[in-house]
Amino acid sequence: MAKHDKDATFVGDSRISAKRIPNIAPSYSDYPGKSEPFYPNFLLKEWMVAAVCLVGFLVLTVSHPSPLTDKANPNDTSFVPLPDWYFLFLYQLLKAPWASGDWVVLGTVVLPGVAFTALLLAPWLDASKERRPHKRPIATSIMMLSLVSIFYLTWAAMDEHNKQHPSNHGGGSAGGAPAAAPSEKANPDFKAGELWTAQQSCKGCHGVNMEGVAAPNLQKVGSRLSVDEIAKVIKDGRGAMPPGMFQGSDEDLKKLAEYLASLK
Amino acid sequence: MLQKMYDWVDERLNITPMWRDLADHEVPEHVNPAHHFSAFVYCFGGLTFFITVIQILSGMFLTMYYVPDIINAYESVSYLQNEVAFGVIVRGMHHWGASLVIVMMFLHTLRVFFTGAYKKPRELNWVVGMLIFFVMLGLGFTGYLLPWDNTAYFATKVGLEIANSVPLIGPYAKALLTGGDIVGAETLSRFFAIHVFFLPGALLGLLGAHFVMIRAQGISGPL
Repeated sequence: MAKHDKDATFVGDSRISAKRIPNIAPSYSDYPGKSEPFYPNFLLKEWMVAAVCLVGFLVLTVSHPSPLTDKANPNDTSFVPLPDWYFLFLYQLLKAPWASGDWVVLGTVVLPGVAFTALLLAPWLDASKERRPHKRPIATSIMMLSLVSIFYLTWAAMDEHNKQHPSNHGGGSAGGAPAAAPSEKANPDFKAGELWTAQQSCKGCHGVNMEGVAAPNLQKVGSRLSVDEIAKVIKDGRGAMPPGMFQGSDEDLKKLAEYLASLK
Repeated sequence: MLQKMYDWVDERLNITPMWRDLADHEVPEHVNPAHHFSAFVYCFGGLTFFITVIQILSGMFLTMYYVPDIINAYESVSYLQNEVAFGVIVRGMHHWGASLVIVMMFLHTLRVFFTGAYKKPRELNWVVGMLIFFVMLGLGFTGYLLPWDNTAYFATKVGLEIANSVPLIGPYAKALLTGGDIVGAETLSRFFAIHVFFLPGALLGLLGAHFVMIRAQGISGPL
């Protein structure tokens, strides 16, 4: 900032001092170590780092198009919500028995509140002059412990989600698939009709194209069951399938059963 | 020619002190990866800013097509994703950039923490940095709803339920964000406004303070 001394002269009626600071770079030879000017020497190196980063970023973008699921449907009871990955550790925390139900305040307010307040006030909680991490063991170990918990909780949330809902992640492992898993080989070319694709609660277990995920394949169900039998199963459930999954009218139920029976 | 233009402006506005301050401060040896490879940990702050700039630019282009209402939001994103030339790239950059910015900011925070750079006299800059962290998480939360697909809708519903469970202020916070009894048209408008106007405004102010303080104090010395 320009310093204004008493006998400064000004340009015209402005507040700009008539004394000019020459636009000459200081010599960095006076500084300790191998200092260099930010512009242009160091900025060029920063740009090179940024360029490498950008290439990696673009490769990721091109190889993994951003996901877009079906349009939001509040009536879809089978969709399993999952927050973005950087909120997963907080989300997983709320599943712990001591941080849910009556104790949910502990998980939503107390624990994150204490953690974030401590982080915000870190300069005053860790007020010693010492900067080297191994010389301030308390701050370092608390941070390490938090890091391990965050990584563990994020992993646990992802793992639990994948085990419970292998369909959400393209097949997945055999983790949570029940014994009544796909009885027939799914036909990957099979395309289900609109009557089927509108049934959110059926698709959750039987698959978008009836290929069978956590429940049997239905692509040729008409060869095993009649219209009435299918309608009965949809209404009353069978085996692991709960009754009353179908929400529509009896007429819609009949249409769906007829469609399924026609698949042979 | 350029020199003449510079002199013309400098004569009127005295920009040389500002230019010298912006461009010609020293970069000490211990933060320069060209001298010590391990100094790459000092790059994370700059990379966070770099990706933030990408987020702002890609976000500006996304709003050219995005329509923030529940009838058209999903269709506009789907159109952008599948029809618009390079739309999939622009949306992809914004989508993955949101994750990357969190990663970079996380690494930057850890670097500052483990090098003890938040200690006197840099306490205020640490607090501003933490506020930037919260604003970024807020941007992530509000941006997640905007495509209005099932993932977005149900995750936001759960998030708002969690907010609702907070004693005293919870229900007010939820009402403020939801703008009604259900996650619907008003929620989407509010999240859009927060994501595009409120939080970026706060972010720019905080970033400005963050950078002014760095320039005023210089980077912390070697350990």
